[in-house]
Amino acid sequence: MTDPDSGPAPGPETSADSAPTANRSWTLRLRNYVLRELPPEHLLPEREPAYLGSWVYVFGVVTIAALVLVIASGVVLSFFGPQWWQVSPQGHFVNSIHFWSVQMFFIFMVLHLWGQFFAASWRDGRATTWMIGMVVFLVSLVTAFTGYVAQQNFDSQWIALNAKDAVNATGAGAFFNPLNFGQMYGLHILLFPLMVTGLVVLHIIWVRRRGVVKPIELTPQP
Amino acid sequence: MTSPRRRWDQQEYFRGVPTTPYDLIKEVAIALVVMLVVVLALAAVLSSPDVPPLTLQSWARTAPLDFVKTATAELQGATLSSSYGPPYNRGTGSLQTLGPLAPELWAGVHQPVDAAVTDVLAPLRVASVGVPGLGAALNRFEKASVPQQDAWLVSYTRALGHAQLINAQPVVPHAAYGPLETMMRALLTQARSGGLDALLVRSGHFYQTDYTRALLFLGDGGYLAAVAAQQHLLGTQWGVMNETGRYPGQAWLWLYTLWYQIPPYNTAQNADLLVILTMGFLTTLLLLTPFIPGLRDIPRWIPLYRLIWREHYRFVRESTLPRGGSD
Repeated sequence: MTDPDSGPAPGPETSADSAPTANRSWTLRLRNYVLRELPPEHLLPEREPAYLGSWVYVFGVVTIAALVLVIASGVVLSFFGPQWWQVSPQGHFVNSIHFWSVQMFFIFMVLHLWGQFFAASWRDGRATTWMIGMVVFLVSLVTAFTGYVAQQNFDSQWIALNAKDAVNATGAGAFFNPLNFGQMYGLHILLFPLMVTGLVVLHIIWVRRRGVVKPIELTPQP
Repeated sequence: MTSPRRRWDQQEYFRGVPTTPYDLIKEVAIALVVMLVVVLALAAVLSSPDVPPLTLQSWARTAPLDFVKTATAELQGATLSSSYGPPYNRGTGSLQTLGPLAPELWAGVHQPVDAAVTDVLAPLRVASVGVPGLGAALNRFEKASVPQQDAWLVSYTRALGHAQLINAQPVVPHAAYGPLETMMRALLTQARSGGLDALLVRSGHFYQTDYTRALLFLGDGGYLAAVAAQQHLLGTQWGVMNETGRYPGQAWLWLYTLWYQIPPYNTAQNADLLVILTMGFLTTLLLLTPFIPGLRDIPRWIPLYRLIWREHYRFVRESTLPRGGSD
């Protein structure tokens, strides 16, 4: 029997009303779901399978590091405006950081992609993780494209003029115009970075949920 | 009654797998520092591509004859943009279809461009204010019948083939081309002053961010392509994945660019649509690899995984050897 002066019971099992309340509480259901699917020891483990001691696992982490630099340099560039990097040495240096970060991001993302392909990392219920990673790659391509056409230099002019034909051929030119700097710049600094970042976070969560797939010979089928 | 779906259990999956201490956050931090050092070094030593944009002004100054020929062709409706089709106009010059598949037509015209008016007649109307000779020439051209306009344009285009540059000014042999010489001289002067650059991004609002009309005009001429060829950016030079100067470009587009180099894509009128559909199909295959028998088995057939988990397989082999065994 609970003490009537002790306030609300802390756990659902100690209150007659709390079980139905817990079932109706969206907040509690979400918390239980998150804790069940991704307990803290899986999100941030202090031990991992010994087979992770392979160079192929470095590519994913390095890709994330490059993405952090892409976003950080992009934030600085967008803060000072689209002309800044063309009229100031400091701006040009930050643009160079952005440029090389993007190159590193793609190099290691592609290495990560092929590394995971040849590890058949979609095995044992990890198909969703693979597909999220592929979508990250595709959205990154579009993000890079909008960046190239928003540079306001000769590359932008040439790439936009050539790319418009492929975009228009699909009918997408009706709402996605590579020759419209304002539209490309807006998409490049807001919507697409949000999508890439969100999808990368989702990809990491899915990796942590299942853990890293076992080496091929330890499972019956790839 | 159906039994509940069995919940994934990570502990059960990894039961018996040897583990080792692992500091995820430390690994990310080290990767970040190393990447920062590498990127800073690359930025400091190699900088980044910075070829300035072309302008209508630089075009008119550097290649005046090409500029005048292109402007005349805009009036004739003989350029790429003047007959392009959706989303710019109702032409069919760049319309790409595949059987009943015609997405450009389905999407319709969304950025209307009438190249003759946009690139030539409207800017000249602005320039004619306070210039009676130009105003009269423009009125004469606009009030003439279409066959008369066509006759002047054909005559002027033919004469341009024999034009000479004298003091950087195209000099066209006399012929029956009506007011066109006056109009084109005025347009060239306007472009050289930089005024045409501003007029082609004019939208009726104070702020402007849309360069569709100016870029289409620039793209219709030969000047832009000539500069692109010098920078090895043409489609035949795998230009989509190249960058100006000696910088790496979008190397990740190598497969997309490859199709444009080989038959039937490199000779097809609807090459862009074919390449997009091909890449869409291949991308879908890669996306759905986990579910496609054969495709998902490639890692077993090409056993690079033995390299990836080389240390692991050595450990397993050694730990399963009989004690004291040497082979």
